[in-house]
Amino acid sequence: MAADSLSRLSKDPCENAASFMKPSGRQTSARWSHGSECKLCRFITDTGFIPSSLISLHPSNPHLFLIGAVERAARKAVQDTTLQEAVASITVVGRVQMKTRKTLRGHLAKIYAMHWGADANSKLCVSASQDGKLIVWDSITTNKVNAIPLKSSWVMTCAYAPSGNLVACGGLDNMCSIYNLKGKDGNVKVMRELAAHTGYLSCCRFLSDSEIITSSGDCTCVLWDIETGTQKTIFAGHQGDCMSLAVSPDFNFFISGACDFTAKLWDIREGQCRQTFGGHESDINAIGFFPNGNAVITGSDDATCKLYDLRADQELITYQDSGIMCGVTSLAPSLSGRLLLAGYDDFNVNIWDALKSERVGVLAGHDNRVSCIGVSADGMACCTGSWDSFLKIWN
Amino acid sequence: MSNNSASNSSLAIAQKAVKQLRLEASVRRIKVSQAAAELKTFCLQNAHKDPLLTGVPSSDNPFRPPKSCVLL
Repeated sequence: MAADSLSRLSKDPCENAASFMKPSGRQTSARWSHGSECKLCRFITDTGFIPSSLISLHPSNPHLFLIGAVERAARKAVQDTTLQEAVASITVVGRVQMKTRKTLRGHLAKIYAMHWGADANSKLCVSASQDGKLIVWDSITTNKVNAIPLKSSWVMTCAYAPSGNLVACGGLDNMCSIYNLKGKDGNVKVMRELAAHTGYLSCCRFLSDSEIITSSGDCTCVLWDIETGTQKTIFAGHQGDCMSLAVSPDFNFFISGACDFTAKLWDIREGQCRQTFGGHESDINAIGFFPNGNAVITGSDDATCKLYDLRADQELITYQDSGIMCGVTSLAPSLSGRLLLAGYDDFNVNIWDALKSERVGVLAGHDNRVSCIGVSADGMACCTGSWDSFLKIWN
Repeated sequence: MSNNSASNSSLAIAQKAVKQLRLEASVRRIKVSQAAAELKTFCLQNAHKDPLLTGVPSSDNPFRPPKSCVLL
């Protein structure tokens, strides 16, 4: 019965002690000095006991309150320094000036997404626009290799498979459509329509030609089997629309950013959320892995980007400037991770020294919001896509 | 009773949330000093291979047509 597993947590007037009633009926208590969460942490670790419910103390679930305290204590325990201190001895990168080398013209409406192909030599990239087209570009010649008409023009994301054989897109149709670029008769056709999400498709990324991961406005991410068109794993846990996802360099994990202001690290094969990162004060719109796979970078409507280290399980740095008051729409790290390129609602891309957290450059050239950004596989160039309907290649 | 089943299911949801939080709280963490040092090392060691950081000379830039000199 539910009542039997409930226990009461009562607080004494000085607010730093609590008594717990265990399910066995035995009473126990803990005291901790004001502001010190470590003793509470040790108490919970030692006794293994966490009250299963709280009636009087905390308006929401007390477990969350206490485990939050445990987690905060554990993260604080490894904070022997800050990233800022650790990089104090290195100098800021010199001013980075890039020029537009190519402008890819052809879309007739806002561009919502772009993704580089994984083959460093070919310099192909795919873009999606609400003119209802997916275009595969040769970024060097600016030729359109493929112009694929979409069933639904409300597209929000696109992806290029690592093999170069497939592209995918999706949006307000709640589906992820897979297109085969290398069909026998040369025509590009829909190969699969992955339908099951109950909300818009915000992002998709291929693991291979047979698996793709999607994120959705229905607050879940899904791993699909492309061959059968079925969901292999549903990753549930976010409390708000999932807006973006990125796959780790070793393909074992992926990260998602959502409108619940958190980023989550997921183990693809186990189907579990391993870590959750908070700190942002608004929706996370963009997310990416630091090139060595050990850190995650997020971009948010709160006008900041943050870097979270996966192994220290915490935020190490925030990229913010009092002069920037608009949301981050997209981001991409350079090959070494030293530069962080981030697109903003104010039509610009800011280039940050990722270690020193200082702005070292701006890419100004679009006449509307920069909605997507990507660095090519060989790190040679960065591509920006905008609501002004153009893509620009910079280096 | 519907009251019971409602509190049962919210208890189940709470227990599931607790289980997930305990899992996340139990992750093995390394010290920030080690994490920061490794990020710094990775950036510095790969700096020379980062074209956007070092700059791309025009002759090697696939996005720029090579300029030819005209001898008059």
